[in-house]
Amino acid sequence: MTTAQIQAPRFIRLTGAMAPLPVDHIDTDQIIPASYLKTTSREGLAAGLFAGWRGDGADFVLDDPRYAEAPILVAGENFGCGSSREHAPWALLDHGIRAVVSTRFADIFRSNALKNGLLPVVATGGLVDRLMTTAIDDPTAEATVDLEQQILRTPWGEDIAFTVDPFARRCLLDGVDALGYLRARLPAIESFEARHALPWDTRDVAARVSGGLP
Amino acid sequence: MSAAEPLTLFEKIWRRHEVVAPERDGAPSVLYIDLHLVHEVTSPQAFTELDRRGLRVRRPDRTLATMDHSTPTENGVDLDRLRVIDGAAADQLDRLAESCTQHGVPLLPFGHTNQGIVHVIGPELGLTQPGMTVVCGDSHTSTHGAFGALAFGIGTSEVGHVMATQCLLQKKPRTLEVRVDGQLADGVSAKDVILAVIAHIGVDGGTGHVIEYAGEAIRGLSMEGRMTVCNMSIEAGARAGMVSPDSTTLAYLRGRPAAPRGVDWPAAAEAWRALATDPGAPFDRRVQIDGGDLQPMITWGTHPGTAVPVGGHIPRLTDVPDANRPSFEKALADMGFEAGEEMRGRSVDVVFVGSCTNSRLSDLESAARLLDGRRIASGVRMLVVPGSQQIKAEAERLGLDAIFQAAGAEWRQAGCSMCLAMNGDRLAPGQLAISTSNRNFEGRQGPGGRTLLASPLTAAAAAVAGHIVDPRELG
Repeated sequence: MTTAQIQAPRFIRLTGAMAPLPVDHIDTDQIIPASYLKTTSREGLAAGLFAGWRGDGADFVLDDPRYAEAPILVAGENFGCGSSREHAPWALLDHGIRAVVSTRFADIFRSNALKNGLLPVVATGGLVDRLMTTAIDDPTAEATVDLEQQILRTPWGEDIAFTVDPFARRCLLDGVDALGYLRARLPAIESFEARHALPWDTRDVAARVSGGLP
Repeated sequence: MSAAEPLTLFEKIWRRHEVVAPERDGAPSVLYIDLHLVHEVTSPQAFTELDRRGLRVRRPDRTLATMDHSTPTENGVDLDRLRVIDGAAADQLDRLAESCTQHGVPLLPFGHTNQGIVHVIGPELGLTQPGMTVVCGDSHTSTHGAFGALAFGIGTSEVGHVMATQCLLQKKPRTLEVRVDGQLADGVSAKDVILAVIAHIGVDGGTGHVIEYAGEAIRGLSMEGRMTVCNMSIEAGARAGMVSPDSTTLAYLRGRPAAPRGVDWPAAAEAWRALATDPGAPFDRRVQIDGGDLQPMITWGTHPGTAVPVGGHIPRLTDVPDANRPSFEKALADMGFEAGEEMRGRSVDVVFVGSCTNSRLSDLESAARLLDGRRIASGVRMLVVPGSQQIKAEAERLGLDAIFQAAGAEWRQAGCSMCLAMNGDRLAPGQLAISTSNRNFEGRQGPGGRTLLASPLTAAAAAVAGHIVDPRELG
């Protein structure tokens, strides 16, 4: 199979309603608890999205029918901290969230999100607060996230610039497959390996401690 | 590179592993990975992706798999029994075993004498060595930085990238030196140091950075203590934490199964020592903490940046900036605590000694010394979960299991266990645990459970007293 057949995630532009989640340091254990990680698939993870916070009532924003379809999540600072589980962006995307706006994202979450076409949009605290208030007052208020222009158009018509890592942006705009890109560098990797010896072979070490070697 | 240019440990490792430099079009560096550690939870979708593309694990000789997150720690539960009581967990273990066979990846499976938490067994086998790059689909991969390695957690897409190419596309992080000067007081351990560091720089204070820990207090830590410190770097947002290699590092590695032997040893030792950060090397940021002032620490809130001295109190509302009050009040409500309250004297239900942070032999010894000749308080459940089967065997040789059991604690099989409560070891709703693990996130140790993070010594003292107590009061 050639990499040309691989469908890489795309993100160009998104317009939609915003779900307000005014909590700081939302960790990936909240986004999807560990009990939902006993799977070998990446499908169907919306069932575990914010499982500890979702309930029968409408207390939690995504249980509220007015916000249930919103594709943009507006969250407090340091979103996605903690565990490296890529199940977090998979669960958000499976639910229908395609962009998250926060003042700051944890490094591993941001990397995982971008690889799956979930856009982390970094905004100032003032802007996040105003988006949050707007979304609370009017659940139908829509924002546009434009990755091509790197512009967030607010419901009140203001255009705010944001930046995304240039390589991740190109991957999402052009559908570049990151693994295919890396594999195209295999000649350089092979010549690096020719001068980069390691002192062990993990297979020998495992065999030795298993009694397989003297 | 001029010979006179002073470099950090991080910079030396980065330069030696950069296969392709950043390109003008914004493409990041191609970074070579020496050791790829794999476990059952974050790898199956990566194996699926390889299969979908018709690819194989390119360097199985630089890859090692084990099972730790989903494995039961209850004595006597084997894979056959697990298939009955937790089919999903057993399927995950079976899937890893099948994938490893298919791709030729060495596996230390559930039940093996060298199975254990992935961040415990890499160092234990001597695979983690100074100057190496180490990754795993697990955020606590930062643990391995204690050896002067560049080690960081990755997501499952990147697990697939490393499987297929042994490389990652990486943007170079910034550097942060955290210097802990002075000598730690008795009763103050590596766990207290890192909880104090996170409280100082903030739960996101290390975002975008690699931390190098330096200073007299860090130099004075054992390798196990340095692993505890580096392990929790991610809890300050830093993907990696490191300590420059020194004689402590070499002494730990010598004689390990994967360590260089014979004539290779002196050459390796000399090369490793040369990796240490040069005097005057530039860091993007520096932070300094006086180690002599540190106290045993404990967290009160729902993220690891909320540690206070065990004898201290929860911040008062007036201590908290307006912007942070909603989150502060939410954390208090989740924990059932009030602003300004003392931590000492609070009753605990469960004590957990274990996890990749504090499950090594010296952690178990520290808890056992305090428990020796004592009983845990009635109504308290205490679980002791060694980090690996090798540690379990060594602890049993030393008689630590007998001390724990005589005190009324449960002595269990190796694994991640109640750190993330994925395997059935979990808190009941409402229970308050003092835990030697790394995360006190809401519900992390079981839905409705509440977690206080502390050292093995402080945890053992709470088990005996039945409430939070400064371990130095028990002598």
